[in-house]
Amino acid sequence: MPYERYSIQTAHWWIARALKASLDSAGLRPGDLDGFSVASFTLFPDTAVGLTQHLGLCPRWLDHIPMGGASGVVALRRAARAVQAGDADIVACVSGDTNHIDSFRRMLSSFSRFAMDASYPYGYGGPNANFALLTDRYMQDYGATREDFGRICVAQRANALKNPGAVMKKPLTLEQYLAARPIADPIALFDCVMPCAGSEAFLVMTVDEAERRGLPYATIAGAIERHNAHAEDPIQLRGGWTVDIDDLYAQAGCAPGDIDLLQTYDDYPVISMMQIEDLGFCPKGEAAQFVRDHDLTVDGDFPHNTSGGQLSAGQAGAAGGFIGLVEAIRQVTGQAGPTQVKGAKTAMVSGFGMINYDRGVCSGAAILKGAAS
Amino acid sequence: MSILETLAGALASGAVRVVDLTHTLDPDFPVIVLPPEFGQCARFRMEEVSAYDHRGPAWKWHNISMSEHTGTHFDAPCHWISGRDIPNGAVDEIPVDMFTGPVVVIDCSEGAGRDEDYELTPEVIEAWEARHGRIPAGAWVLMRTDWSKRSGGAYLNMREDGPHSPGPTPEGIRLLVEGRNIRGFGTETVGTDAGQGMHYTPPYPAHYTLHGAGKYGLQCLCNLDQLPPTGAFLLAAPLKIKNGTGSPLRVLALVEGAA
Amino acid sequence: MTTPLAPPPKKNPQKRTVSPTSPPEMRSRASLGLSAAAAEGRFMLQVCGDCRTVQYPPRDACCNCLSVDLPWRDVAPDGELLAETTVRTSTNLYFRERAPWRTGSVRLDAGPTIICHVHGDVAPRSRVVLTNRLDRSGQGVLLALPETRTPNMEDDPQLRAMTSDPKFRRVLITDARNPNAPALALALAEAGASMIFVGLSETWRPDPNIAALEAVPGVEILPLDVTDTASVNELAGEIGGKTDILINNARFIRPGGVLERGDTGFARDEIEVNYLGLMRLAQAFGPGMCSRTADGVNAAVAWVNILSAHALMNSVDYGCFNASNAAALSLSQALRAEFRASGLRLMNVFVGPTEDDWHQPLPPPKVLPDAIARDVVKGLRDGLEDVYCGDVAKDLIERFRAGPKILEREMTGGGA
Repeated sequence: MPYERYSIQTAHWWIARALKASLDSAGLRPGDLDGFSVASFTLFPDTAVGLTQHLGLCPRWLDHIPMGGASGVVALRRAARAVQAGDADIVACVSGDTNHIDSFRRMLSSFSRFAMDASYPYGYGGPNANFALLTDRYMQDYGATREDFGRICVAQRANALKNPGAVMKKPLTLEQYLAARPIADPIALFDCVMPCAGSEAFLVMTVDEAERRGLPYATIAGAIERHNAHAEDPIQLRGGWTVDIDDLYAQAGCAPGDIDLLQTYDDYPVISMMQIEDLGFCPKGEAAQFVRDHDLTVDGDFPHNTSGGQLSAGQAGAAGGFIGLVEAIRQVTGQAGPTQVKGAKTAMVSGFGMINYDRGVCSGAAILKGAAS
Repeated sequence: MSILETLAGALASGAVRVVDLTHTLDPDFPVIVLPPEFGQCARFRMEEVSAYDHRGPAWKWHNISMSEHTGTHFDAPCHWISGRDIPNGAVDEIPVDMFTGPVVVIDCSEGAGRDEDYELTPEVIEAWEARHGRIPAGAWVLMRTDWSKRSGGAYLNMREDGPHSPGPTPEGIRLLVEGRNIRGFGTETVGTDAGQGMHYTPPYPAHYTLHGAGKYGLQCLCNLDQLPPTGAFLLAAPLKIKNGTGSPLRVLALVEGAA
Repeated sequence: MTTPLAPPPKKNPQKRTVSPTSPPEMRSRASLGLSAAAAEGRFMLQVCGDCRTVQYPPRDACCNCLSVDLPWRDVAPDGELLAETTVRTSTNLYFRERAPWRTGSVRLDAGPTIICHVHGDVAPRSRVVLTNRLDRSGQGVLLALPETRTPNMEDDPQLRAMTSDPKFRRVLITDARNPNAPALALALAEAGASMIFVGLSETWRPDPNIAALEAVPGVEILPLDVTDTASVNELAGEIGGKTDILINNARFIRPGGVLERGDTGFARDEIEVNYLGLMRLAQAFGPGMCSRTADGVNAAVAWVNILSAHALMNSVDYGCFNASNAAALSLSQALRAEFRASGLRLMNVFVGPTEDDWHQPLPPPKVLPDAIARDVVKGLRDGLEDVYCGDVAKDLIERFRAGPKILEREMTGGGA
């Protein structure tokens, strides 16, 4: 579903579009769903409840996930448990947001109580300013440079050019990245995601159900989530993944070296670096060197954010928490088309969400495996 | 022709002129200043109620407030302790024929120009009478000092030891009240007494003597230089305020002859 | 080092006056504690009554032990700047117009991490002192300052945006006859005020203050009687467009309570000057000042009322006077709310008994004119809303906070 920079439509419209496309491709009708999970910032005053009547759904299991960038992994984790427990047979997990001319500004102003009280009154830089602070500290402590962040952005743009749904259509060079207009030092224009309108969806069901219906599927090898980890850290240089990452690899029975591609939550490149470290691909503080040493494009030795990620495909509100997960499902099921990583069998997806005050509070990660593996 | 018809004709022809002896009521016009622990004379104030606007679309009007003794004003006998028991001593009780009558003007402007504490003494009065005849009983006596031509700080002429302005001595006012049985006494200054009048015996002799004898006072007058020494006629009717001790008023004089 | 502020040029009459905009105003109820502290210039945070954990951002329950007993306490303001950014673009108009804007993340020695404004003289990753200031929405915000004073630091644009500094501003003091007027004028001149208009009522009455005021550089004495609507309107017509700070020091005071006086004469004067005078000034000068709060270096910035501390709690020896001050205090709260959208700050200076004729029979301590002047200038420089001037005022507010009803009883001598 191609994203749009600005849309006159509502979140309801975008969610319906993704849901319909997902059901159509699976040959399902709305009545076949008995589980429904929604993530969105712009549904107000509705929630998932309002959407059931709005969209004519009658689920026996319903979830609303207000976790922004972590919503994809969390939605997957919960839906899978519901299916496993028999509370639902087929769950549609959908996220979507619209982007009106003024909606980003208005969404910021009511984002969270701590943001309202203690972050926005200070220059009102929004997430740009928050991540600028983290980036500033990260650069000072670990010696990362603007070029290092640029490598991530440039590689993702190269990936996005292969993705017809991406908002960004123009190539990006490192020189252009470095010369970009400063936004909130040290963050410049190409470090920032572009708010846009869009939606993402995936279906969760048992392997038996998928096979009975002849659908391509991926299995969940492991999934973790953690909230408000490391509250004692004065500034966020690590996320909640560090608490649970060993569990994740143990669940999946694999190691970092077994991962064919990584989808990090990339609202700003410093967060992708943090994830590369916290998910075990390199020690803390060495992600800069890691991105210097690896090719992050679809055809590279470390395929990363293969659809272009949010940085180049756009951040469609809560759908930003789904984009990596949906792309990972496509990759391990061999449906990624122009962005397909050859031989992709095992993908890791990571989510990070909700700058409640000075740091992202929610984190999650999952390892997906293709049916053939 | 009747007397009044004759008067009307004279007014119309200009043979009799009307002279306004009144200052404009103005918030910034000086009033008498007493030691601050005493109650004070309220200044004239005007608050707009509406001015053809949302508060009253077709009309303009003001609420005004002031003391009985603000601006050009009349003092009734009950204003002073000496006049407290005078019958009909309040402005609403005074017989209305008291509000019109003959007026003589004693010109002290030359002396007041020389000496800001100039005194109206029996000698000055008798010298005036030698030229203009004896002051008739029942006449208003106005003391011309040209003080009304002063403005701002020079009017009260307040100094560390109090205000300095001309006025009658105790003997002078007694001569007018007891010797001539005048109707009342008027000045151009802020009071009927001299600025330093509190230092006489009795203090404030004009107030004390006039009101003790049931006579009236007028102060803050102007245009006295347009009146003849004798022969003019005064119209000075205070507002009819229940138990009022005085009142701002319009003081007019009828004067014969061309200006 | 802060670039010293240059005197503003004369206003270009062809340029549109910039409309006031505000930084984000909405806060949680808990967060208003920060604003209340900023109104007095205090650096206070919630400190858990049970486990002593210092909280920030403000909460409804302790993040360490879940206690809901979270009183606001003065906290050591020292910390370290962990990281910083310069915001160059914002969707908020106020910051967009003032970009670039420096903010940072400070680890307070007392515990929490605080996102705050950062003064231009703070070196990267250095020790800082946090101050709590009201921003132009009238909400408390934290600002990191260098540990030691730097030259011209009050001229930092971010700091000046939060204060009411008289430097290069034009001030109107309303009552030349008040014993405090010469000291006020002198203190403002020393604080760099470019013009000091002083209102004089009843120019026909002499006053020794006039000579004292005329000796102060920059002073211009103009006719103003706050009891006369026409006079107030006339002066506003003349200088309303260049009044950046208005200090209402007009006061009518006489001793006495209700029964002792036996009439309403002085009470009427007290209401005319102390209450209606404030209202007349506000109606004449307020709208113009509110429209000029974004007008450059000498934008309109503050309204100051000098009130009796007994506006908070009456004391019968000046019972009627105190009542008029309580009325003025209440009116000032309405006025502050009406000023809010413009960012024009209203500062009340609560003064204990003053060293003047009317308090001559009272025992010390009494507040000298110099002390009032000093506190007014300091309050403006710190951008305060509430200043308690003198020992009596400070004592009174402390007792008031401890228990208004107890204080009321104490005021009549019932407390031993």
